[in-house]
Amino acid sequence: MTSSPVHSLQDRPPVPGVGPLGWLRANLFNGWGNALLTLAILWGLVSVVPPLLRWGVFDSVVTGDAAACRAGDGACWAFIHEKLLFILFGTYPHDQLWRPGLVVLLFIGLFTASCDRRLWRRWLAPLWLAGIVAMGVLMWGGVFGLSAVEDGLWGGLPLTLGLATVGLVVAFPLSILLALGRRSTLPLVRGLSVAWIELIRGVPLISLLFMASVMLPLFLPAGVTVDKLLRAQVAFILFASAYLAEVVRGGLQAIAKGQEEAADALGLGYWQKMGRIILPQALALVIPPLVNTFIGFFKDTSLVLVIGLFDLLRTAKTSLSDPLWHGFYREAYLFIALIYFAFCFFFSRYSRWLEADLNRSRNH
Amino acid sequence: MNARQQGVVRLFRPWPLGLAASWWGDPRLRGVLIQVLLGAAVLWLVGWLAGNAIDNLARGSITTGFGFLSRPANFEIGECLVPCSAADSYARAFLVGLLNTLKVGVAGLVLATVLGTVIGVARLSGNWLAARLAAVYIEAVRNVPLLLQLFLWYAVITESLPGPRQALAPLPGVFLSNRGLMLPVPASDPAWLAAGVALVAALVVAVVLTRYRTRRGEPAAGRRFRLWFPAPAAVGLVFGLPVVVWLAFGAPTAINVPHLAGFNFRGGVTLSPELLTLLLGLVIYTAAFIAEIVRSGILAVDRGQTEAARALGLSPGLILRLVVLPQALRLIVPPLTSQYLNLLKNSSLAVAIGYPDVVSVLDTTINQTGQAIEGVTMIMGVFLVISLSLSALMNWYNARIRLR
Repeated sequence: MTSSPVHSLQDRPPVPGVGPLGWLRANLFNGWGNALLTLAILWGLVSVVPPLLRWGVFDSVVTGDAAACRAGDGACWAFIHEKLLFILFGTYPHDQLWRPGLVVLLFIGLFTASCDRRLWRRWLAPLWLAGIVAMGVLMWGGVFGLSAVEDGLWGGLPLTLGLATVGLVVAFPLSILLALGRRSTLPLVRGLSVAWIELIRGVPLISLLFMASVMLPLFLPAGVTVDKLLRAQVAFILFASAYLAEVVRGGLQAIAKGQEEAADALGLGYWQKMGRIILPQALALVIPPLVNTFIGFFKDTSLVLVIGLFDLLRTAKTSLSDPLWHGFYREAYLFIALIYFAFCFFFSRYSRWLEADLNRSRNH
Repeated sequence: MNARQQGVVRLFRPWPLGLAASWWGDPRLRGVLIQVLLGAAVLWLVGWLAGNAIDNLARGSITTGFGFLSRPANFEIGECLVPCSAADSYARAFLVGLLNTLKVGVAGLVLATVLGTVIGVARLSGNWLAARLAAVYIEAVRNVPLLLQLFLWYAVITESLPGPRQALAPLPGVFLSNRGLMLPVPASDPAWLAAGVALVAALVVAVVLTRYRTRRGEPAAGRRFRLWFPAPAAVGLVFGLPVVVWLAFGAPTAINVPHLAGFNFRGGVTLSPELLTLLLGLVIYTAAFIAEIVRSGILAVDRGQTEAARALGLSPGLILRLVVLPQALRLIVPPLTSQYLNLLKNSSLAVAIGYPDVVSVLDTTINQTGQAIEGVTMIMGVFLVISLSLSALMNWYNARIRLR
């Protein structure tokens, strides 16, 4: 050191530490490497974002026909406008579209209500069951003066939401049994649970869907046919049960051993011990990871198109095969990507918030 | 005897009298009974299913067994790592599909790990723009189904990229068109094989010597060894030996560059649109999940560790390599394993875009032969073997890096 620290402090202007300039310095230009990185990213954004905005917003065609779209350079939102009902509801009869529409609203209403912790009461489960029955009645019809609609005609958003939700609701009790079985002291019960869980988690969902679509009919007595939707739903329930069981097992493992010993000391039987002491605590712990697992199921429903069901992805893909509107795949895929994103992003944010909220209330 | 002692006596009486007398009160007997009932139920279910299957197969006159594997498959497979044609047997078609699955799986694992680590580190970067951009990437990619992303990429490649004649050339010799990605490769020569072998050998030797050096925890022994095998020597060995071998074989420099011939490219190596789509989709999707794992692993390492290392005068690179990463890895490896397994299982989505992986080959086989049970069993068997071996490998690695 040749110069004294006092001297070097005096001959340089003070570095701004606060305000917008200070923020820029601290977060974008601290050091050469970071400054270069910032400039590179800025250059990238400038070369990508304006053309994207031009395509998606300023030059886009919102109404009109295919010819108008082809004349312009921008996105053809008119295509979505034209195919909206088909993408959302598939081939459901046109004059009955209020029914799947109502089902989607019911789903959203039930999900929103279930997110409020003040409504986590005993009647929430029966409410969901009643809701699902009501949705089934609305979709199938045949009673209360509703015309019957066979499920081969279902499609779009109600199908996607239904597969994921019914899969979760039915698989959940099954997964609790599997998780308890995996921790059982009875070797056969434990062995079967482990085999079930690991077998299903070890293979892709597609192979389970194949199993349900090409193998299941072979294993049923002659004359018994199960329709395609139900078979896919069965595959989905099997799939969900194994993944949920591992989530539940995580919760069971987090419960202190003293709880179980205390229940034993009180002389409670196995089911009383589990039902009244262990499970209520374990299940409360696993609600955030359960929500995350549900997000996965929701995305995975898109795989049912492989066995020929018209879920949201398939209806979008099919709408592209209209020769009049050929080639607007960006608009179609972006549109349904936004729908998937809206659901998944909402649930993942909710799960994060819930985890923090539950931790807070547990610590007090 | 006072009241308190009476209470103790009652607590330690083994069973309430009425219950102990009934057989239901004995937990061991009850356990046996439950298992016998469960076993019988499972056996009955399996027997019932098998009986139905036998009836149905007899009625449809489908012969069971794997005899069909030796029959000619009669369908073309677009991409083969081993020579293949439509006249090959189903068994060979299966092998080709399996190799295609492994090809996309291995390439996907490596690329997704690299991209995921970069994005995970960027997410923690002090650079606000880089951190924001990484966060936007992660949220956008994670919340949209993989299959939808695959369809989008496939459409982009096959519909929006120019034809071979107007192919994009991002780098000299590299061409991107709606026929896929064409890359230049060195012309085949024994020198490349020898250099490859030399690279592997050098890697093994370097790893063994480095491990020997670090295994000797004692400072004196470590320093003595470091004298004649320092880190630069390891790097030099890994990079130098292949070059020396390559020179010894006459240093061939011929490169097989793709060039236009008629309506398509000749030469070089071609990544078909399907392979490119699958690889792109799997890597982009899995990288978002790996990034979150890397991020939380690094965040979980106590700040005091970094500060202590800095106080000891270690350079940032050494802090990362010797202090942060070894601790973060312990937290990263288990969830990373499940993401690796997800990537391999997700590679089965190839069937939806027409890449001939093992699932899509077996799907075609099932449709042609009607051997649904065998086909689905083979699909499940392949993935079970892959999953179990990968988890075994990762568990072994995890056991090695855990705290001892």
